[in-house]
Amino acid sequence: MCQIKIDPKRCKHCGICIAFCPQEVFGADCRGAPVVERAEKCTACGLCVMRCPDFALEVGEKGK
Amino acid sequence: MPGLKTAWKEYLEESMLPHMWCPGCGNGIALGALTRALAELKLPRHKVVVVTGIGCWGKADDYLSTNALHGTHGRALAFATGVKAARPELTVVVLMGDGDGATIGGNHLIHAARRNIDLTAVVVNNYNYGMTGGQVSATTPAGAITSTTRYGNPERDFDLCRLVEAAGANYVARGTVYHVPQLDRLIRDGIAKKGFSFIEVVSPCPTHFGRRNRLGPAVQMMKLLKERAVHVGSAAAKGGELPEGSFFIGKLAERDDPDFNTSYEKMRKKALAKGTESS
Ligand SMILES: Cc1ncc(C[n+]2csc(CCOP(=O)(O)OP(=O)(O)O)c2C)c(N)n1
Ligand code: SF4
Ligand code: SF4
Repeated sequence: MCQIKIDPKRCKHCGICIAFCPQEVFGADCRGAPVVERAEKCTACGLCVMRCPDFALEVGEKGK
Repeated sequence: MPGLKTAWKEYLEESMLPHMWCPGCGNGIALGALTRALAELKLPRHKVVVVTGIGCWGKADDYLSTNALHGTHGRALAFATGVKAARPELTVVVLMGDGDGATIGGNHLIHAARRNIDLTAVVVNNYNYGMTGGQVSATTPAGAITSTTRYGNPERDFDLCRLVEAAGANYVARGTVYHVPQLDRLIRDGIAKKGFSFIEVVSPCPTHFGRRNRLGPAVQMMKLLKERAVHVGSAAAKGGELPEGSFFIGKLAERDDPDFNTSYEKMRKKALAKGTESS
């Protein structure tokens, strides 16, 4: 189980994390901002962190 | 000691975030790749100088905690050459847009490569001049719409990697902001390589190039990068001609020619020896 943190002050709602997460962990709210919907599927691959243009995401193993 | 997973944050000036770039602009992804490359090489921040020109990508130094030299449009490589010649012990990374590095600054680019000076140029190619409203640049594909080619670009574009390779660079690579783990490695290897290193980063400018050419929003433009990039060494690459709009990614050229500082030092020693002989 991973802990995914989204910084709403940095996120600009580009949708990249939602579209390209290999595990489809994210859904979108009505304004297009990412919402963690399936945290249990996250493999902590880090791709969303690397592809986020706004440094708005953090992914860690739970408890670390 | 922070682990590798977060070590890159040391190079990021987080107090400056959120940054100035538009939603979905690839510049932020390229910036992340650069910080991860610096972290992997464990370069002390005070030994790194980031030199930029002017442009959206040229603002990247604002978000880095390394030394920075914010130059003038098109001249970043000239400033960087001065820094490296005077202080060879520093790692010098030059950040330029395609307008900055290859259009107004195209002459500096070929001569930096010819001198093979030990710099790493990271050119973010978004196919237009982003900051000033999306004008045509030397990398705008033929036929593409920009604010100054409203009916399509009548000119051909440069293949920057082939240009820089022909001019003599020791390391030439192309990546995209979609292919992130690879981009980190290409930048890392470019910085580690002695001599002139050139990394072209293909990246979306959804605000201008994407909008005018109806390429869709950022997600759509990222999908295009995924579809159009062909890894060198892949089966598709060996098939010969690339389909229109496709391009190679990966390390495209590498050689071990002497870099400028090494050659200069040799000449200097020769001149000094001559001086003592004649006195
Ligand atoms: C000598 C000079 N000419 C023109 C300009 C105006 N100018 C500022 S940024 C820019 C274009 C930047 O485009 P590019 O280098 O492709 O970077 P991007 O904004 O796309 O990242 C221009 C023409 C300038 N600042 N200085
Ligand atoms: S770390 Fe990987 S699996 Fe987890 S949310 Fe990000 S992209 Fe998806
Ligand atoms: S204008 Fe284009 S290059 Fe500049 S920040 Fe916006 S999307 Fe990025």
